[in-house]
Amino acid sequence: MLEIRRSLVDAMVAHARADHPDEACGVLAGPDGSDRPERFVPMINAARSPTFYEFDSGDLLRLYRDMDERDEVPVVIYHSHTATEAYPSRTDVTYASEPAAHYVLISTRETGTDDGPYELRSYRIVDGAVTEEAVEIIEG
Amino acid sequence: MAVEVRIPTILRTYTAGEKVVSAEGDSLAVVIQDLESRHPGIADRLLDESGLRRFINVYLNDEDVRFLEGLQTPVADADSITILPAVAGG
Repeated sequence: MLEIRRSLVDAMVAHARADHPDEACGVLAGPDGSDRPERFVPMINAARSPTFYEFDSGDLLRLYRDMDERDEVPVVIYHSHTATEAYPSRTDVTYASEPAAHYVLISTRETGTDDGPYELRSYRIVDGAVTEEAVEIIEG
Repeated sequence: MAVEVRIPTILRTYTAGEKVVSAEGDSLAVVIQDLESRHPGIADRLLDESGLRRFINVYLNDEDVRFLEGLQTPVADADSITILPAVAGG
């Protein structure tokens, strides 16, 4: 299960809407060993694509150095799907490389850049196997 | 030429959980060969027939080696190499 504060959910959804129709991506970092997302780190989608995302390689190095210095790990790795459901694509599964992370997907296919209902789901992706998990939103 | 190599979580199964290991070599290609001799199996996760795998990033100090000389990038004593899988998907 993923436990996450409402403000972090809102930040990811706002990022996904802002970048629609391209995919948005980023990380929620948290203390190593805590499994608790705390710090919202939106990333630039270097692919600038509606069907693909990739962190810029220089940004990726800075992100991991920064997390190392803070003794953090990427508790959540999130990205949006802008025309399909919030379920990991074959590409998502192929490139998933953080078995301890919660992979959060947000779909903006219904509302695009507008407010309204959204779809947000969370998964573990380990050795090519996808397991959906519950998301418990904590107010705050 | 001893360098430190930072290993990402997903490859630490090859390094007995170590985050940082040392290796020797005067180019990235030789460093990876040396890593393979110490941590068998790791080279296959980094390389394919065409060279470095597309979704594996390797940095010499602060620079992605794709913007240097790839596998032929010279490595000097006390350099630091960082391996990070791309964060990517569709």
